[in-house]
Order: sequence, then C-alpha cells, then structure tokens
Amino acid sequence: MIAPSAVRIAEVGKSFGAVKALGRVDLDIPQGELFGCIGADGAGKTTLFRIICTLLLPDRGRAEVLGFDSVSDFREIRRRLGYMPGRFSLYQDLSVEENLRFFAAVFGTTVGENYDLIKDIYSQLEPFRERRAGKLSGGMKQKLALCCALVHRPELLVLDEPTTGVDAVSRREFWQMLKRLKAEGITILVSTPYMDEAVLCDRIAFLQKGSVLGVDTPCGITGLFTRPLYAVRARQKYRLITALRRYPHAASAYAFGGSVHYSDKRPAADLRDLLAWLDASGLEDAGITQIEPGIEDAFMALMELQGETGTEGADG
Amino acid sequence: MAEAVIHTENLTRKFGAFTAVDAISFSIGRGEIFGFLGANGAGKTTAMKMLTGLLRPTSGSASVAGFDVRSEPEKIKQNIGYMSQRFSLYEDLSPKENIRFWGGIYGLDRKTLREKSARLLEALDLQEAADTRLSSLPLGWKQKLAFSVAQLHEPKIVFLDEPTGGVDPVTRRRFWDMIYETADNGITVFVTTHYMDEAEYCDRISIMVDGRMAAIGTPDALKDEFGVSSIDDLFIRLVRPTPIE
Amino acid sequence: MKSFRGFVLKEFLHIFRDRRTAAILFGMPMLQLLLFGYAIRNEISEVKLGICDLSHDQATRAITSKLLSSGTFSAKRNLRSPEEIGPAFASGEMNEAVVFEPGFAARLQRDGFCDLQVITDGSDPNVSRIITGYTASVIQDYLGEQYAPFSAPGVVPVPVMLFNPALRSVYLFVPGLMALILMLVSALMTSISITREKEIGTMEVLLVSSLRPTEIILGKVAPYMLLAFINVLTVLALAFMVFGVPCRGSLPLLILESLLFILTALSLGIFISTITASQQAAMMISLGGLLLPTILLSGFIFPVASMPLPLQVFSNIIPAKWYLIIVRAIMLKGADFSYLWQETLVLVLMTVLLMAASIRKFSERLQ
Repeated sequence: MIAPSAVRIAEVGKSFGAVKALGRVDLDIPQGELFGCIGADGAGKTTLFRIICTLLLPDRGRAEVLGFDSVSDFREIRRRLGYMPGRFSLYQDLSVEENLRFFAAVFGTTVGENYDLIKDIYSQLEPFRERRAGKLSGGMKQKLALCCALVHRPELLVLDEPTTGVDAVSRREFWQMLKRLKAEGITILVSTPYMDEAVLCDRIAFLQKGSVLGVDTPCGITGLFTRPLYAVRARQKYRLITALRRYPHAASAYAFGGSVHYSDKRPAADLRDLLAWLDASGLEDAGITQIEPGIEDAFMALMELQGETGTEGADG
Repeated sequence: MAEAVIHTENLTRKFGAFTAVDAISFSIGRGEIFGFLGANGAGKTTAMKMLTGLLRPTSGSASVAGFDVRSEPEKIKQNIGYMSQRFSLYEDLSPKENIRFWGGIYGLDRKTLREKSARLLEALDLQEAADTRLSSLPLGWKQKLAFSVAQLHEPKIVFLDEPTGGVDPVTRRRFWDMIYETADNGITVFVTTHYMDEAEYCDRISIMVDGRMAAIGTPDALKDEFGVSSIDDLFIRLVRPTPIE
Repeated sequence: MKSFRGFVLKEFLHIFRDRRTAAILFGMPMLQLLLFGYAIRNEISEVKLGICDLSHDQATRAITSKLLSSGTFSAKRNLRSPEEIGPAFASGEMNEAVVFEPGFAARLQRDGFCDLQVITDGSDPNVSRIITGYTASVIQDYLGEQYAPFSAPGVVPVPVMLFNPALRSVYLFVPGLMALILMLVSALMTSISITREKEIGTMEVLLVSSLRPTEIILGKVAPYMLLAFINVLTVLALAFMVFGVPCRGSLPLLILESLLFILTALSLGIFISTITASQQAAMMISLGGLLLPTILLSGFIFPVASMPLPLQVFSNIIPAKWYLIIVRAIMLKGADFSYLWQETLVLVLMTVLLMAASIRKFSERLQ
C-alpha cells in the first residue's frame, strides 16, 4: 500500500494585488521525506510555505496537508505542524528555557514529554539556557527555533530558510540534525537559497518567480541537464569567461568557483578547436575536463529554458 | 605589490575588554579583487568600518587610497565607493533620483552627472524603468544599480559588503561579471561574501577568525597549503565550531 | 552646497512619498486647530437651572422669569425644598439651583437687602464660576431696572459651590487624570504589544499553534488589566492623601466602574492592533486618535455642554466621557449606582462591541 502523501499541492496560485507570488504549483510530498525548495528571494518559497501552514489562502487550487484540507480543516493541520518561519521568530527578551517552555505550553505539552526528540539539539543550548534569546549567535538561535518547533512532536516540520544568516559550520550541523529527525519519521519541508544544501535532500523543487522549474531527486534533477558539461580552468578568469562567451559555438559559460562551466551548442564540443580559440585569446594555460553537472548547473539550465536568464524580472 | 591601495599594519580595535579586530596586517594592490571572509562575529564588519573611515582604530595603522584612516577619514570617504546588502539605495526614489542624489553627495557637477546618468541607465538597460520607484524593481536590478552608483565618483576602491545575498545564481554571476569588469579597469574591489564559490572568483582572499587573520593568499595556494579541495572545506577547517558563544 | 541641496531635495521626496507622514504634517495641524477652536469655550451655552422658591412673591417671580428669558438658563425643575438639591445635582439633571428665602420681596422692601442662594455644581469649578457670574449679572440687571441707581437695595447672591466649596481645580483634574492614565496604559500598551508580535514574526508561529484568537487576545489583555488596576489604586490613594480629593460615594463602586473602564480601554487597544500592522501605526493612532480627543472632548477640562452640537454628539463615543461622569458623580457628589446605571450600560456596550469586533477582525491567517 502506498503511504498517503504528507503534502499534496494541486494547481495552487496566489497573488498579492498586482504581484503574482505563485503562478501554478503542483507538488506531492510523501510522508517521511526530506523535501527541499530551492530558489532565490522572490521565488515564492515563503508564500508556498505559508499556504501549506494554513496561514494564507490560495487564490486557486487546493493544498492538502497530512490528509486535511488547508482551508476547511486548518485547525487539524496546525495541531500536527511544526513551523519555523524566517528570521527565527523567537522572543528576544525571554531566555532559551523560557522560550521553549512557552512553546511547549502553547501546544498543550511540556518540555519533558517529547524531550527525547530535541535532546541532541538542546544539549548544545543547555549551557546557555538562561541567556536571553536575543543575545545568542545566529547558529544558536536557529537551534533554539528548531527545538521550539519540535517540542510537541509534529508530524510535519516546515522550515523557511532556516540556514540564512548562519555561518557555514552551523549550516552543516543543522542539516545533520535534520537527517536524524527524518529517521524519526517526521516529514520535513525546507527552503533554502543555497544550492549546496539541496544535495542533502531526498527530493528538491526548483522555484523561480512563482513557478516550479523542476522536481526530482538531486541526482535526477541534474539529469535534466542534457548537454555535456565541461570545466575550463585558466589563471585569468575574467578573460576566460569573455573568451568562452565569444566562442561561436558557446551555449553557456558561467563561473563556478575555480573554473568556468561551459556547455556547447553542438551535441559534443570540439575540445581541440576550443583550446585553439582560447590560446588565440591569450589563454595558453587553459585546461578542459568534462564533468558531471551539479545542482546549480541544472538550476541555471532550467532558468534558461524558462527564458529567465536574459530578461531579469520582466514582470517585476 | 606595486602600489598598495590598502595597507594595514597591526590594525586593532577593542571595545572595552573585547578585542574585535586583533592586529591584522595585509596589503591590497591596484585592480585586485580581494575577498574578505569570516564567520559572523569574527570581526569582518569592524575591520571594514575602520577601513572605510567610519571607526577609529584602537592601535595599529592603515591607509586606504593613500590616506591614513586615523587622520584623514573624510578624504577616504570621498575616494571610495561602498555598497552593502542591507542598504544601498533609497527604495521610494527612482533610479534617476537615486543617481542624482548620490551624484550630488559625491560632488559631481550637473553636466557630468547628467552624462553619467544617461550612460549608466543605458548600460544597465534601465531606461524604461528610470522613473519607477526602486521598490518595484527586482532585487538583481537594484543591486547592479547600487554597484554602479557606488562608482559615480570614480573611486579607486569599491567596498562591497555581501552584495549578492538572496539573488538567483544567474543574476549573481552577472553581478560578478560587473565586478570583473570593474577590476579590469584598475579599480580595486574589496568584497565580503558568504558564498564560498565566490571566494574563488577573487584574486586573493583572507579569512578572519576571532579577530585574527587566520589565512591570506590566493584561493589555489590556500587550498594547497591546507590540503583541502574547496574553499568551503578550508573555511570549515579554520572556523571550528565554537562552543563558547 | 550641491550635496546639501541634493540632500534637502531627497528629504522632500521622502516626505511626499510617505503618505502617513504627509497626512500628519498637513492633516494634523488643521484637525487640531478645528478641534481646539471649537472645543475650547469659556462660555456656557446652557445652564440647567432648578428654582427653589420659598417665597412665591412678585419679586421672586420677576427674577425667575428674567433668568429664564435670558436664553442661557433653562428651567429643569421646581424644587420644593433645598434638600432636593443635592440628589438633583448628583444625577446630573441640574447644574445650578437658585433658592429664594421665604418672604423675599417683603424683606427686600423692609430691610433693603435679602439673601439669594446660588448653588452650583462645584465638581467642575470652571463652570461653577461662570454660572455664578451669569446669575449675578442677571440679578444686578433686575435690580437696576426696578430701583433707581444708588438707592438700590442689595441683593447679594451668596454663591455656594456644592461638592467643592473651595473650587479647587484638583477636584476637576483628578478624575480626568484617572481616565487619561487608564486610557494610556490600557489602549496604547495593548495595541503595541500585539503589533510588536506581528513585526518580529512570532505572531506567525502563535497563529499556527493550537491557540485560538480568543485565547491570544485575552492572554494579552490580562496582565494589563492587573497593571491598570494597580494604577487606579495608586492614583486614588495619591489623590486622597496628597490632594485631599474625597470619595464621598462608595469606594467599591468606584473601583468596579474603573475596572469596567479599563476593560473598555483594553478592548479599544486590541481593536487598534487588529487594524494596524506596525507598532508605529498603532502608536500614532493611539496617541493621535485616542488621547487627543480624550483630553479635548471628554469633559476633562473643557465642558462638553458648551461645544457645538456636532462635537457634543461625537463626544458620546469617547469612553472617557462616560467614565468621567461616573467618577465625578461617585467621588464628588456621592452618587450611588441608581444614578449611574445608564452611563455604566454605555461602557458595557462599548466594551462588548469592541471585543466582538476585535475577535472577528483578528485573523487566524496572515491575510
């Protein structure tokens, strides 16, 4: 028997006056999945999450969460939901302990009742339990917010950009905590602007300007990138990028850390010809290797397909 | 380094008993893209404030664009450009109004300002949106405009404080195209960022940990030195998780 | 110079583009001028007069009709004896009583002078003074008409300011201050408290929890209720001990009515918070929209009876107006509940309406 979906979104759209936040979204998230929504600011992640958390009503379509309709049965959903909106949303002038106790009380439970669930995370906060939440570092606030969202043992955890504004170390730790939570059977829905975090999810959806560009596992989604991809290195990066873009057969050339990811218009690039071109452009030390496309490559390719790359923000 | 556009020696800043910046020394040359990295609270912002003439050092020295940060902060402010993620331009003004305002602040005369304004709007493809309020434009456009406005007075150095937060990957790279072009024109770019892949776009980077400069050099050299394959790993190696908050 | 000019230009642009700031800069002064201009009156347009004529002779009738035809005084009651005066004042149906001693005209003829008691409601000393002055001038007119100058006998009105013989203005101010303080604490503080949660984002999390809107609202109201109550006790204690303001009526009744007023003000604060999204807006509405009208139109300083009719009608929706009537009646006139049930009912209705509206408007969602 197929397990029922934790979240089922069908043809959901939402506008705020003239601004279209979500065009049309269809998603199906099974129970126990760690699902990531990847996209930049303004992509519609927060709006989508708020609809799932029953805080907003969709203009069109339907959202079903944990088997309940998000409009008519929202109270049932709220009981089983743990939500961490952006900006941590803690009471800055209450202590760590007071915050946790408050959220436990509001959900009609106590800290002790589900302590086993948050123990690993809270143990890092314990030494600071009397410190005001406002005085914690970004990473600590994040952990506290997560504990407050988990304290009533929700079936679905919705985290809106929990790693924004947090240093790289804390970000890694946070995702390890999420993996452990997934093992407890909690369905987790996360949004993030960081592509490298996408790899850690079971499945991801790319959001751009209110539409879903693609949904798949991290491996699968890179499969959407059908052309061969090459990493080109040279010491003078800028010159390399401009030279590659001027190459007549170039389809795309984007900087990627230490190299430039290049894709060709033809089914397979003529590497010798390309090297000759680069050499003629003064890049004698250029080197090319074929590589497997990553998540970011896939995202940008999908953006290109949607016509997003040339016209930035045509609809504002 | 032929002529150091930024030069610091044991630059230090204390707040009471707390040392935010602990004796950092480095030099940055003309046309260099320098990535200034570090965890939150490592002292990056404080160091940048000293270099931009907003904060006086407690001890040590620094010169920016040839002016001393202690004795000539006003001169520094007139010779650098600054753009930060949190604020760059006024949201309720239009691009044209923003350019006019900042041009005036930088002391440009009317004729120059008009010419530059026209050229800028054309280069950024903002002519149609020149009179709309900034708040209704997409983030990527705003960022690029802010970057250009920071250079209206043709400064020798541009300071960028996390300029690419929150935009999609393509817009981010287009922004870096602009940075590359700027550096190509001989302007030094001093940039902080949380994106570790952007660190690799820089000519040299430094990583601050607890107020000290834990590493400085080209990305490749540092990766070799610490035996890691990415700047991300390098960062994690240096910025160990601190249980003491 | 250029940068300075550019800077000034920018500031103008900001001001005109922010509609709220523009409204305050241009709208507020005009509104205040109109309000002040109309509300501040030192004339009394109508005096509710009670006549206690123990003489019933030609002189008393002549003086009475002269008073009543002056246009300022309107006859509310004919009192049979002076004992009726106190309660009549307490219920608020009169604010002046004129008592003619028995054998008024005869004494005037015989002795050349007699006594005329002019009793006014001293709980508003300003009004008292003015009314006494009017009355005295009418009487002087009468005397001037009847008798040749310099042969005029003296009819010296003996003014008595009931409830406040010394016309101490603190008797006027303390009730008003109570209303103001309670309004400030309750309305301003609750409206900021809710909008603050909206601003920092914790409201989102609260909404998504199992808390009902009623629970959230009552939870916000409860601590301020307690604090405001302590404030009431403190103010009363100070008023009594430091200023000597009496409480001639029932103290428990006063406290209960104060609690009711607090609840009204709290509901007002909650309601404001449901219609604004930012603390700044909440503060401005509370200060500009609540406190200012309360000071000007509740009868705190300026008598409502002398305001133009539209303002008088408008003052009826200001809770503080009703509370002031209640407090002055209890503290200064010793009135008991039978006199005050109407005003109390008004406050109760206001509270219920505001609470209901708030709970309805308090959205369970973010939109």
